[in-house]
Amino acid sequence: MTHWFLQPEKSRRTLAVIGAGFLIILVTLYLALPVAALFFRITPELFFSSLSDPEVQSALGLSLVTSIISLAIVILVGTPFAYVHSRITYPGKMIVDTLIDLPLVLPPAVAGVALLVLYGRVGFIGRYLNLFGITLAFTTVAVIMAQIFVASPFYLRQAKSLFEQMDPAYEHTARTLGASPMRIFATITIPLTASGLVSGAVMTFGRALGEFGATIMFAGNLPGVSQTMPLAVYVGMEGNFIVGITISILLVLISFAIMIAVRFLASREVPLA
Amino acid sequence: MLEADLHKQLRDFPLNVHFLVKPGEILVLMGENGSGKSTVLNSIAGLLSPDTGSIRLEGTLLFNSENATDMPVEDRNIGYVLQNPAVFPHITVRENIAYGLKARYKPKDLVHSRVNHWLRVMDIEGLGGVKAGNLSGGQKQKVALARALAIEPGLLMLDEPFTALDTESIQSVQEAVRTCVSDLQIPCILVMHSVADALVIGDRVYLLNRGVNRWEGRPSDMPGAGMQLST
Repeated sequence: MTHWFLQPEKSRRTLAVIGAGFLIILVTLYLALPVAALFFRITPELFFSSLSDPEVQSALGLSLVTSIISLAIVILVGTPFAYVHSRITYPGKMIVDTLIDLPLVLPPAVAGVALLVLYGRVGFIGRYLNLFGITLAFTTVAVIMAQIFVASPFYLRQAKSLFEQMDPAYEHTARTLGASPMRIFATITIPLTASGLVSGAVMTFGRALGEFGATIMFAGNLPGVSQTMPLAVYVGMEGNFIVGITISILLVLISFAIMIAVRFLASREVPLA
Repeated sequence: MLEADLHKQLRDFPLNVHFLVKPGEILVLMGENGSGKSTVLNSIAGLLSPDTGSIRLEGTLLFNSENATDMPVEDRNIGYVLQNPAVFPHITVRENIAYGLKARYKPKDLVHSRVNHWLRVMDIEGLGGVKAGNLSGGQKQKVALARALAIEPGLLMLDEPFTALDTESIQSVQEAVRTCVSDLQIPCILVMHSVADALVIGDRVYLLNRGVNRWEGRPSDMPGAGMQLST
């Protein structure tokens, strides 16, 4: 159906079509041009040859490993947490809800400073860990902690709303049939929410991979230890320009793959009826 | 024998009901939306706790507010089909019917034969391998009913079980319910809106209005039943 503003007399209609087209082109170009520019900045040969650059490989490897570990921890802890949180009422639930969303609006650099103040060598907890010879700040562990802090809301929010939206009739029926809560969780709840959970996980992975602000504050920028891809881009732009562009292109490609995966999973989601 | 004595403060009014259902008897619970019917079924199933009262099934105490007895839902052995038949959409019809038996760790060959039996009774033998999410509304109700009966429950409760069935299958499903209830000699509670269906399948009607019993008796004696009979 054509929208109302495209319907009346011819002259106005033409004007409306031009206006609508202009808006669509404007927004599309604004988003697409910078990304396209990256691909035209270096030749494909240069891109592929700098893929074997040790700096690129080290950043890529570190980013993938830390993001995968972060994602695994978010899923393992976050799924049961979101389930319990959505199923029971407890004092302070509203506050927990707000805390879950906080990292989405908090500037990542602030998150990094906050982590440093708590876990740093002289931090509130860090100083005691230090007594046992445990150092968190400026290590690969700190990279993972920063990623979890910043990226987990994408998974937690998704899981929470999936569990809340699920018709309780499924779990109730399974209980009357004699299934234990663990069995119901594994055979009913998780399979019925699986595709939504996976798309939340993919978003979390993407956010973890792109983490910059909290990482540089809390984990530093040490090649091979905490220099993830976004940090290597930053360093590259100040020195080896080609490396910066190559890693940027890699991140764009991964982002596209993530968006396609999410779209595909969302289209497969079965409405529960 | 099911003996239920339930008291619970609902949002707008208190629910106060007391009734018995004999083995092999079908009690039809009727009343307007929001009159407390589902609360009664959910309380008996254990999904809700009454404020006070007691529920006893075949001599076993399921709930008693005085000595704080509240048997967990999964131990009550009640076949309960909710208004949303909640057929598990991601598994096959066979796996749906077998769900309660597997939860009870029944031996494989027993599960197999029991599932076959109920597929036959519900006349859905051709659907055993179909993903349950792809079924029609009426087929889902049949699967949900088969799944509830497969565990050989001590009590059968159905919340509007015939709404999505076509006229042909209503008859056969009603017959299947009747036969099961009398074969297994278990009490049965049906929530229904249709007086006509109550006349066909019910032994007794319990009319609920704003949480209290307004009328109880044989379906054919129900106010308005004569009109239904003559049409």
